[in-house]
Amino acid sequence: MITLKINGIDVAVEKGTTLLEAAKFYGINLPTLCHDDGLTPYGACRLCVVEIGTGDRTQLVSACTYPAEQGLVVRTHSRRVTDVRRMMIEMYLATCPSSKTIQDLASKWGVSRCRFEVKHEDCVLCGLCVRMCAQQMDGRAIGFVGRGKNRRITTPFDEKSDVCRLCGGCMYICPACQSRCQGPQERSPICNACVACEPPCLVPWDDMKCYMDPCVWCEQETKRKLLAESKVQE
Amino acid sequence: MDVDKIIDKYGGKRRYLIAILQDVQEEERYLPKEALCRVAERLGMPLVDVFGVATFYSAFSLVPRGRHEVTVCVGTACHVRGSRRILEEFERRIGVRAGCTTEDLEFTLETVNCLGCCAIGPVVVVDKAYNGEMTTGRVKGIVDRCREAAKVEAS
Repeated sequence: MITLKINGIDVAVEKGTTLLEAAKFYGINLPTLCHDDGLTPYGACRLCVVEIGTGDRTQLVSACTYPAEQGLVVRTHSRRVTDVRRMMIEMYLATCPSSKTIQDLASKWGVSRCRFEVKHEDCVLCGLCVRMCAQQMDGRAIGFVGRGKNRRITTPFDEKSDVCRLCGGCMYICPACQSRCQGPQERSPICNACVACEPPCLVPWDDMKCYMDPCVWCEQETKRKLLAESKVQE
Repeated sequence: MDVDKIIDKYGGKRRYLIAILQDVQEEERYLPKEALCRVAERLGMPLVDVFGVATFYSAFSLVPRGRHEVTVCVGTACHVRGSRRILEEFERRIGVRAGCTTEDLEFTLETVNCLGCCAIGPVVVVDKAYNGEMTTGRVKGIVDRCREAAKVEAS
C-alpha cells in the first residue's frame, strides 16, 4: 500500500492507482471529460488537474495519468487548480457550447462568461470514442486523422468502415454530442437555463473546506456574505 | 504488387510502418488507397492507424504529387528577405497556387515554415536540392530547367 495526502487527509491506496482513482475512492470528485473507468487513461482534457508537492515547488499534473506516489501531497481544489480548471472550462465552452456536459460543468464551476470566440465545434478531441471503439467494442473503425488544427476523428478515407458494426458506442460515450438544455436561450455561449442556479462554490478557497459534493460550507458562507452585503446596502 | 515487395524488404514488421510508407510515397509519388489497405492487411494493423500515420506527416500525400516538387520557405527569416514575392513568382510561372499540383502532374508547389538554413534565405527546395539566396529573376530558369528535364525524359 502507498500512503499519500489528499487535501490534507492521509489516504492509503494500492500501488499503481492513479491520483484520479484515489481521489474518487475517497469521495473527492474531480471533473473529467476524457476519462472512463473502462478505458485506458488518456490525459487529453486536462480538467482533472491537481496540484502536487508543497511550498513553492508545486506543480500541476493530470490526475488521471499520474500514479500515486509514497508521501505525495495532493491538493485537488486549491486556488491555483480551480483557476486553471475554470479557464479550461471557459475554453471548452467556446469550442463546444452546444454540449450539455460542458454546460453542466460550467454551471457547476461557476463559469459565467466566455471571453473567447465561439467556434461551435462538434468535437473536443477527448478521444473517448476512439478508445471505446478499440478497447470495449474491439472495432478500431475510427481514429485520429491529420495534425494540429486539422486533427479530427473519422474513419479511413471518410468512408463507411468495413470494421464498424454500427454499435453506437462512440455516440454513447461522446461528451460533446448531447445537446444542451432546451430552455429559453439567449444568443450566448453560456446555457441560459442554469444562470438562475447558484454555483456550489463561488469563493475559491485555497483548499477544499469540506468533502460534501457540492461543498456546502462555502455555499453557506457565500449566502452569509451576500446577506451581510445586502444589509449594508439597506 | 510493388507494395508487397516493399513490405517484404522490411520483413513485414509493424515498427517499419513509416519506412514502408516513405518507400511507397517515393515510388508512386503519393499513397494510393489500395496501398494503404494492403499495408494495413500485411502488417496486421487496423486501417485507421495506418491512415492516421499517413495523414499526420506532411511528407505523405493521399493525392498524386507532381514530378517536380518545389518548396518555398516562408519562415520568418525568408519572409523578411522577400520569400512572399518569390512564392508569387513561382505561382505565376507554374500556374498553380501554393499547396496545389498542376493538372499535368508536372509540378507541386508547397510552402514550408522553416528549413533550418535561414542564413542562406530566402530558400527554395527544388526536387530535394536547396537553392539559397533566391531571387525572383532565377525562378524562370528553375522552372524551365524542370520542364526541359521532363521533355528529355519523355523523348
